[in-house]
Amino acid sequence: MTRIDKAAWRRRSVLKLGAFAIGAGLALPALAADPIKIGLTTALSGQSARAGEAITRGLTIAVEELNANGGVLGGRKFELIRRDDEATPAKGVIAARELVFKEKVAVLFGGLDTPVSLAIVPIMNQAKVPFIGPWAAGTPITKNGANPNYVFRVSAVDEIVDKAMLQYAQKNFNTKKPGLILINNPWGESNEKGLRAAMAAKDVKPAGIEKFESNDIDVVPQLTRLKEAGADTLFMVGNVGPSAQVVKSLDRMGWDVPIVSHWGPAGGRFSELAGPNAKKVHFVQTYSFFGKQTPVGEKVMKALMAKYSDIKGPDDVTPAVGVANAYDAMMLVAQAIQIAGSTDGDAIRQGFYKIDKYEGLIKTYVKPFSPKVHDAITENDYVWTQFIDGKILPVGMVK
Amino acid sequence: MLFASALVSGLGLGSMYGLLALGFYITYSVSSTVNFSQGSSMMLGAVFAYTFAVTYGWPLAPAIIMALVLCALYGVVVERVAIRPFALRGSSAWLMATVAIGIVADNAVLFTFGKEPRGFPMPLASGSVQILGIGVSPLQLAIPVIGLALAGLLHFFSRKTRLGKAMLAVVQNRDAARLMGINVSAAVSLAFAVSTVFAGVAGIMIAPLFNVHSDMGTLFGLKAFAVAILGGITSAWGVMIAGLLFGVVEGLITAGLGSTYTHILTFALVIVALALRPNGLFGRAEVKKV
Repeated sequence: MTRIDKAAWRRRSVLKLGAFAIGAGLALPALAADPIKIGLTTALSGQSARAGEAITRGLTIAVEELNANGGVLGGRKFELIRRDDEATPAKGVIAARELVFKEKVAVLFGGLDTPVSLAIVPIMNQAKVPFIGPWAAGTPITKNGANPNYVFRVSAVDEIVDKAMLQYAQKNFNTKKPGLILINNPWGESNEKGLRAAMAAKDVKPAGIEKFESNDIDVVPQLTRLKEAGADTLFMVGNVGPSAQVVKSLDRMGWDVPIVSHWGPAGGRFSELAGPNAKKVHFVQTYSFFGKQTPVGEKVMKALMAKYSDIKGPDDVTPAVGVANAYDAMMLVAQAIQIAGSTDGDAIRQGFYKIDKYEGLIKTYVKPFSPKVHDAITENDYVWTQFIDGKILPVGMVK
Repeated sequence: MLFASALVSGLGLGSMYGLLALGFYITYSVSSTVNFSQGSSMMLGAVFAYTFAVTYGWPLAPAIIMALVLCALYGVVVERVAIRPFALRGSSAWLMATVAIGIVADNAVLFTFGKEPRGFPMPLASGSVQILGIGVSPLQLAIPVIGLALAGLLHFFSRKTRLGKAMLAVVQNRDAARLMGINVSAAVSLAFAVSTVFAGVAGIMIAPLFNVHSDMGTLFGLKAFAVAILGGITSAWGVMIAGLLFGVVEGLITAGLGSTYTHILTFALVIVALALRPNGLFGRAEVKKV
């Protein structure tokens, strides 16, 4: 045999072997012991890397607990596969396609960016694979108009947060005339809509609605307008940097007014950026590991400390919402798969609707999903927090 | 009260625009080119000062001096890399090259400094004083004073010092200046260094009121260029006054009509002003000899 012949023979053998292996793979049914793949596409690098890591940790703790208890469907264990979407919709779409079509994940978890999740939603509804949101709050993610809808969420939702903001302000600050200070982007717009609806439902008239840019240095003119219009509370929606600009501008004006905020400040070094008055901002969270914990809370905290050497206590679980939402979402996914009796996407979707009760970290979920309700967290489930010395603590915990 | 607060905040922001725009004026006067990465120079001033003062814990004064020295060096590099090779060949590619060097600087900072905005506390920025019934931070009052002082210093430097006169000679006639023994390329380098130092000063002063991050100068750079053109890029005082005017108009529109209209109306007014006075509010038409 010449050298060329030998090479050709070797190539043919490899091809035959490959064809055999593929054929064998196709012919084999899923073994009982085959792991169930769970996908996660979120920002694992850049500004939001910490949030992506928090989601990962919540999912990991839940998966390990489920696997230790024997898995689902008669002993099948879960396996988590992560991809970095770098907070960009295009990368998120590529990652979602790869996880769904190549890795064949049974369900896919999303990350914290609403635009990324919105880009992934149509793919998931088309592929008929459930997509679970443990963070991004944009209302249209779950209310996407698809029927059947494969998108579920265990996190805050803008329109529900907006109702909760009004409810909290009325209860705690006796708010009669709120002033809205909103970031000038789609997120601000989504909340303007939600807050207007919430206020209209309770017959509350705002003192004014002001927008500010993420690069605004001085928000004093906008705030002065609200003050002159008689605002008695501020409703603030903005990421950490812009929210800090609002607090600093209020400092300069010497205007001491209650501030009720969406969860923007939680995303970074709010205490450092906003200065000592950062603590005046009361913002929404879905969970806090500080204070008295439920047995589930204690169990999760213990598991986190055992698994991650950098976690010594509740201080180190940041951002806590990522961990808590992801943990509960994974537990609900396991229940849905168990009820479905298979990893078929449509069966899992139906399974979500049949979940009866689950005693979770954030709350005890009773029939959390229905064909009309794809969001498991309601306005009564939020925790109100404030930044004290760089820590997110429940309001009133430190005087 | 609404008017007074808009005036104070507008004057503060306006002098920042003015300082950045003075940088455009200096380089345009000496070399008929501008550094479109002025916004990045401003950001570098803030990032360098933060790094020395907060990360390395230096006292504020040496941290600021060192940051400004590095800004000057950046200006020299911009001129050497993104202006000179193109300007010498009579090409206008420096336009794109300066934009590109700014993007390189922004991304290098993004990579090394990080994406998270950082707070830069400064004693002058904390607390507030009451003027005309409104609260103002001492730094906000200092900013216009420093801005006008720098514009004055620039005026004095160019009219009264030997080096300043040499630079003016370069402005008038490069070849004649060279024949008179003036080092033209050094004068142009110096102009770029001064322009980036001005931007650096603006960045350092704005940092405590704002925060420090890699794209903090982008919008500022753009507005400053609008201010430079509005002022008539050939007049130092004109540019500074246009900066103050732009800031105050911005503040008044926000206060009077709401922030939704701020950018729409300010930039529309810039167009109207330029349509009425094509050489800017304080500029003169250039005389071209044929």
